[in-house]
Amino acid sequence: MSTEVKDVTYREAINQALREEMIRDESVFLMGEDIGHFEGAFKVTKGLLAEFGEKRVVDTPITEAGFTGLCVGAAMAGLRPVVEIMTVNFALVAMDQIVSNASKIHYMFGGQVDVPMVIRMPGGAGHQLSAQHSHSLDAMFAHVPGLKVCVPSTPEDAKGLLKTAIRDDDPVIVLESEGLYGKKGPVGGEDHLIPFGQAVVRRPGRDCTIVATSRMVWVALAAAEQLAAQGVEAEVIDPRTYRPLDLDTLAESVRRTSRAVVVDEGWPECGIAANLAAHLYESCFDWLDAPIGRVNSADVPMPYAKNLEQAAIPQPADVVAAVMATLAREVPR
Amino acid sequence: MSTSPPPIPPPEEMREIFRTMTLIRRFEERAAEEYMAGRIGGFLHLAIGEEAAIVGTVSALRPDDPLTSTYREHGQALARGTDPRAIMAELLGRETGICRGRGGSMHLMDVQRAFYGGYGIVGGAVPLALGLAWAARYRETEQVSVTMFGEGAANQGVVSECFNMAGLWDLPIVFLILNNQYGMGTPVERAAAVDDFFPRAAAYDIESWKVDGMDVLAVRAALSEAARLAREERRPACVELLAYRYRGHSMSDPDTVRAAEEKERWKARDPLITFERVLLGEGIIDAEGVAAMQAEVDTVVDDATAFAQGSPEVPVADLADYVYAEPWNDAANGSALVRP
Repeated sequence: MSTEVKDVTYREAINQALREEMIRDESVFLMGEDIGHFEGAFKVTKGLLAEFGEKRVVDTPITEAGFTGLCVGAAMAGLRPVVEIMTVNFALVAMDQIVSNASKIHYMFGGQVDVPMVIRMPGGAGHQLSAQHSHSLDAMFAHVPGLKVCVPSTPEDAKGLLKTAIRDDDPVIVLESEGLYGKKGPVGGEDHLIPFGQAVVRRPGRDCTIVATSRMVWVALAAAEQLAAQGVEAEVIDPRTYRPLDLDTLAESVRRTSRAVVVDEGWPECGIAANLAAHLYESCFDWLDAPIGRVNSADVPMPYAKNLEQAAIPQPADVVAAVMATLAREVPR
Repeated sequence: MSTSPPPIPPPEEMREIFRTMTLIRRFEERAAEEYMAGRIGGFLHLAIGEEAAIVGTVSALRPDDPLTSTYREHGQALARGTDPRAIMAELLGRETGICRGRGGSMHLMDVQRAFYGGYGIVGGAVPLALGLAWAARYRETEQVSVTMFGEGAANQGVVSECFNMAGLWDLPIVFLILNNQYGMGTPVERAAAVDDFFPRAAAYDIESWKVDGMDVLAVRAALSEAARLAREERRPACVELLAYRYRGHSMSDPDTVRAAEEKERWKARDPLITFERVLLGEGIIDAEGVAAMQAEVDTVVDDATAFAQGSPEVPVADLADYVYAEPWNDAANGSALVRP
C-alpha cells in the first residue's frame, strides 16, 4: 500500500477532519452561518452538505448566541455538535453561551452532564479588515476554566487537533487562522489524532526559545532564519493548545537556552504572551539570563490602512529584535 | 386567555398535584428559614405564589421530556421528583447535594429525571432548551423540550433568536413565559412596550396563548395542549402564564417596591387555597385528608433539613473536581490549565 502523503491546505485538512469524524460518528453534526449551500465563508465545509445532507450540515440564521447555545444544549443531550462561527469576531456575540453555559455546565451541576462540543472559528489580522474584523481573542478563551483551546499552525495540526476535539467530552475552542487557510503541508490519516497538551519543537536551537502558535509560528520561523544568518540559533516551540498547556516542554527548552521570547498576535495587556511569560518566570527564574521578551500586536484597535496594519501586527523583524534584546545585542543594520 | 374549561384529572392525580404544590410551598418556607439562620448563602429566589405554574406544567409532561428553568427552580426539581434531601443539601452547599455543592440554589439539575437545570443568566438557558429539542428531533424521539423563563427574560435578544429558530425549523419545544409581572423590582409596564408577551412568539409562527398561572388545572391543560402540538404535530408552542410571586426577587430583596394592596389582591387568589377548595368541593379530599397530607409534607421537609444540616461539607481537596469530564490537573487550589 502506498504511504505517499499528499500535501493539502490547512483548509482541506480541516475539511478532512470534519468529514472523517462525521463518517465515524453519527452524533457529529455541523452548524453555522453559510456552511452548507455556500460551503463556508472560507470554503472549509466544501462538499459536506452534498455528502451528509441538511440534517447534519445546518445553515443557520445570523444568530451566533442562539445557535451556539442550541449546540450546548444538543451536546448536553449527548450529540457532538461542531459549531462554525464565521470569524472569531462574531464569537463576542455568543460569549455568554460559551462562558456562562458551555464552560460551566459540567462543573456547576456536579458532573451530571458533559458538553462534548467544538466551536471552530478563524481569526487574526492581515487582510485590511480593520477594527471589528481582525481580532485575536485567544486570551479570552484561554482565560476560562472548563474550556479547552487549540491553536493549530499547520495542516497536520489543524486536522489532528480537530479530530481530537470532536472526540473530546469537553467544550473545545478551535482557533483557526484566516491567514493560514491556504498553507500547504502533509496531514495524518483517519486515525491520526494529536493529543491536547503536547507542545512541539518546530525548529531546534540553543540560544533563545521562541514560543509561538498558529500563524505566529511562521513569523517566528522566518525570524529564526534571519537570526541564523547572524549566528543566533533560536528554538521555536509551538504549544498547539493553550488549555491544557504543556508547560514542561516549554520550561525544558528555556532552561536549556536561558532566554525566551513569546510571540502572540493578541494585544499585550493581560494577554497570552504575558501569561506564558509569567509561567516561564515561575518555572525557570533561576535559569534565565535575561528578561523574557514579548512580541504582541500593538495596543490599538486594528487600523485599516495597509501600512498601519502591518505596523500593528507582529513581524519577523520584531521577533528578531526581541531575541537580540535577550542576548543584549543590537540588530545589525 | 383560554376560555375552555380545563379537563379534570383523576382524583389520585389531583391529590398528587396538591401534595406537590404543598411540598414546594413548605420546602421554600423552610429554605427561607435556613437562609435567615445563615445556613444558606448566596442568592435564594423563592417561587412562593408560583406553585400552580410549576406543578401544572410538570404534571402535563412526560417524565423524559427535558425541562429547563431559571434560577427560581427548587419547585421544578421537587415536581420532577428529585429527593428533597438532595435539594436542601445543595442549598446548604453539602457533599450530598444534588450537584455536590457546586451549584447551590440557582443551579439545581437532576438529569436522571430529565431536569436539565436552573441557570443564572436571564434568558441564557432558552437556547439550551432549543438544543434539547434539536437532539430529540435528531434522534427521532418523542420528547418535547419545555423551558420556563420569566417575562423579564423575554426581553433578552437571545430569546427572540430562539423563537425564530424554533419557528423556522419546527422544533419540538414549548416556551413557557412565566409572567410574574416584575423583573426584579421593575414592573412590566416600565420594561416592555407591550404588556402581553406571547404575541412575540406568535410573530415567529409559533402557536401562542395566555392562561391564568394561578390556576393549576388551567396551566396543566394549556401545557398538555402545547406539548401535544410539539409532540404530535412537531410544532413549537408558547404559553404565557400570568402569575405573581409573593416574596421579593430574592431573599436579599426587602420587596419595598410593590404595593401591599397589590400583594394582598394576588394572595387572595393563592393557588394552594383555591385548589384546595376545588378538591374539597369535588369531594376528592376532606379536611382531615388535607391536614394529614400537610403533616406528611412537613415530615418530609423536616427530614430533608435535618439531613442537609447533618451532611458533610464538600472536601476542599475536591475543589477542582468536575472542571473537565476527565480530570487533567485538578489539584486543589491549582490551575486546571497547566499540564502536571
